[in-house]
Amino acid sequence: MKPANLEKTAVAPVCLRRDLVENSGVCVLFEGEQIALYYLPGETPALYAVSNRDPLGEANVLSRGIVGDVGGELVVASPLYKHHYCLRSGRCLEDDTVSIKVYPVALAGEGVHIAAGG
Amino acid sequence: MQARKIVIVGNGMVGHYYAEKLAALPGPFEITVIGAEPRPAYDRVHLSEIFAGKKPEDLALASRARYRALGIQAILGEAVVAIDRGAKTVTTALGRRFAYDTLVLATGSYPYVPPIPGADRPECLVYRTIDDLGLIRVQAQASRSAAVIGGGLLGLECANALKHLGLETHVVEFAPGLMNVQLDPRGSQFLRRMIEALDVKVHTGKATTKIVSGDSHRLKMQFADKGGLDTDMIVFSAGIRPQDTLAREAGLRVGERGGIVVDYHCRTSDSDIYAIGECALAGNRIYGLVAPGYRMADAALSQLTEEKIPFTGADMSTKLKLLGVDVGSIGDAQGQAPGGLSYEYANEKKNVYKRINVSADGVKLLGAVLVGDCADYDTLLQYYLNGIALPEDPEALILPGRVDTPVLSAASLPDSAILCSCHNVTKGAIIHAMDGGALSLAAVKAATAASTGCGGCAALLKGVVDAELAARGVEVDNHICEHFRFSRQELFHICRVEGIRTFAGLLESHGRGRGCDICKPAVASILASLWNEHVLKQEHVGLQDTNDTFLANMQKDGTYSVVPRIPGGEITPDQLRVIADVAKRYDLYTKITGGQRIDLFGARLDQLPHIWRELVDAGFETGHAYGKALRTVKSCVGSTWCRYGVQDSVAMALLIENRYKGLRAPHKIKSAVSGCTRECAEAQSKDFGVIATERGWNLYVCGNGGMRPRHADLFATDLDDVTLIRYIDRFLMFYIRTAERLQRTSVWLDKLEGGLDYLKQVVIEDRLGIAAELEAQMSGIVDSYRCEWKATLEDPEKLKRFRQFVNSGEPDAGVVFVRERGQPRPATRAEREALQTTG
Repeated sequence: MKPANLEKTAVAPVCLRRDLVENSGVCVLFEGEQIALYYLPGETPALYAVSNRDPLGEANVLSRGIVGDVGGELVVASPLYKHHYCLRSGRCLEDDTVSIKVYPVALAGEGVHIAAGG
Repeated sequence: MQARKIVIVGNGMVGHYYAEKLAALPGPFEITVIGAEPRPAYDRVHLSEIFAGKKPEDLALASRARYRALGIQAILGEAVVAIDRGAKTVTTALGRRFAYDTLVLATGSYPYVPPIPGADRPECLVYRTIDDLGLIRVQAQASRSAAVIGGGLLGLECANALKHLGLETHVVEFAPGLMNVQLDPRGSQFLRRMIEALDVKVHTGKATTKIVSGDSHRLKMQFADKGGLDTDMIVFSAGIRPQDTLAREAGLRVGERGGIVVDYHCRTSDSDIYAIGECALAGNRIYGLVAPGYRMADAALSQLTEEKIPFTGADMSTKLKLLGVDVGSIGDAQGQAPGGLSYEYANEKKNVYKRINVSADGVKLLGAVLVGDCADYDTLLQYYLNGIALPEDPEALILPGRVDTPVLSAASLPDSAILCSCHNVTKGAIIHAMDGGALSLAAVKAATAASTGCGGCAALLKGVVDAELAARGVEVDNHICEHFRFSRQELFHICRVEGIRTFAGLLESHGRGRGCDICKPAVASILASLWNEHVLKQEHVGLQDTNDTFLANMQKDGTYSVVPRIPGGEITPDQLRVIADVAKRYDLYTKITGGQRIDLFGARLDQLPHIWRELVDAGFETGHAYGKALRTVKSCVGSTWCRYGVQDSVAMALLIENRYKGLRAPHKIKSAVSGCTRECAEAQSKDFGVIATERGWNLYVCGNGGMRPRHADLFATDLDDVTLIRYIDRFLMFYIRTAERLQRTSVWLDKLEGGLDYLKQVVIEDRLGIAAELEAQMSGIVDSYRCEWKATLEDPEKLKRFRQFVNSGEPDAGVVFVRERGQPRPATRAEREALQTTG
């Protein structure tokens, strides 16, 4: 997840910093995949990227969930059935058998960069 | 084992209580209930509420289905006419015979009609059954005024009923004062003043000698003192007489002045026959209240078990509301004990009278009278029933405004203390239930039935349960989530008092961590209720559930539904056409909602602003279907068109919906307005409902449809428009202030200490002195209302949120529709996969 790794894959930014919404999520289309981006200025790192698909709700909605923490762990709550997914690991707190894909992401200047297949 | 045949004659409150308790005992029993009235047992105590809008079903205690489920054979509308003690059978009016091993007589009483010439005229009625009320209603239609003969408890209840019918009401009492049995003379005077202030004419010390045709009215009552009273109808409520004919004819022992003689076990002179309730003469006394009747039933039932409970008399203390006046009477109300001392507090301005009678040594409470304010009743009753030593200055128990008023703590009650007199539940029984695992108020109620009768003991019960929980080290935790050690109500107060306007500010000063999907929307709702800022304002954006963020309702496939506001369900053909055009243009699935609106489904995130642009341009506003906010105000067509309507229900629904639209609350709020008592708008299933009367509006509160339906409670009657709105303002704002997160009004009321009476005190009587503040807060919100969609469309920054992808104009490929019955719907997983492989 270090910017150094990204330089090999990311050519153009996937979107700009001003497209992000503080303490909330947006969605980008990146190489045919829907990716949810969360910008949390108070955290380190401040940017998180996970798959936009809620595998339990079977819809592309995670960018529209509320972010927060459960027991200190950063999570997004799916707007469909309120399952919590960890932003760092992709783990579902309510169901061990389910997880979502996590992408390496970083801010470089004003650009947001994602490494595919991370 | 052969089942024991038990026949219960009489299906009043006591007979029903016996039957239901019996069905719960280990049998085997073959239970038959035979009642003369056509309907199963109902609550006679609250009979007058029928005229305040309640229906006979609302008073029902039993139903045929319930009896069937309990395995009880119920024969209703068929009186028992004879008992054959030799053959051990009873015979009904239709000639059917039922055999018994044990017979229980719960035949109740009949109203006493004094032998006055003219008392048999058709305009002279009695007040005891639901059918009596029907006759009273019929006579009332042809009457302007009515007189009740009898100024006791029942007589005043009856006067209340007549007043509800809009009649000029007189109460004629033979004795020198009202409620002579329960009150002392001064208390009786206070009650009279307060009742007269309600425009009920009181005539005491009047013996009616004759009823003849009147001049200005249909009847004239002639009094022994030569005076008289003209009136159109008369209702006798001058006491009751035990219904003992059946027993008398069967040769059972009866008292000189009536009543079936029973022993401590409620057994009659035939050891296979019991008598309970108002027909029984126990210890040479007739008990005309329901609670002693229940105790007799308990005693009779215990004869079928190992544990024999005697009936040795019952406490006749009572607390009730007569014509809206609180009246309480405990023990020796008159202060007749030799050497006893009394303390009185009388306030003629506030119309409050309280008196306690204590023993000569000042240690024990012997009796009390409360008029105009019954707040002290529960505490005083506990002192009385349990013989608890009084404080050194007993007057402190009834004096107002003293900060050092001694509080009777739950711990100070002995285990034998009866907390719930309706169901005879002692403090010991509560503790026993908690030992058995009932570790919450709800569980204790379910296990013991405490506080499920009149509810008068709710606060006391909660005190005992909380104290016991604390003693057991169980912490009562109402924290909203792990980020705030406060309840929603506490957070509301913190934000209000400290003027906090952002989640970050609140988290920093009173919370910890980063917040979550529980506390963020809850705080957003609090902030909206307090300050009413746009939900998409930058600092509020991350707090909202998706529905609030995108001002639409997310469906299972991630698309949204759109509900424009259609106030009161009134819509023009042109407006309908706009909705139709929009639905067609965006290919939206269209359905009529239960709240008289139109729901448009299948809108993608990026389509929402386009759809709303068209709707807003045509004059529509957001319907807040997505918010914990006022949803719809349903209405019937009202007096404008309907032959039966008595008020313009549509206009009132419009007024209400336009006033409270956008109001954020702990949960959604629904309302309805009906134009007459036929109630076509189903207002009694709403958080607040309004039903038109001839003289204004009746307000109902805290109803609920959905998973756990609850009928709304009648809150206030015959209100004018201004008062109605004022009460709703206060009610809603008090709910918003004090309810927990996601607590509908129905649950909120059930948990509110003091219940409906307390709510009335706060909203109607302004007991907390906050009414003006609640109204001001509401008017601030009403004045700052803006349609959220209109505001969103005007702000390019907010519109940026409505993009599926911030880096692409592509739609969400995951959204796939198929067609059914001429409209789109989300594809099932199988359909999606099939489409993807072929496509």
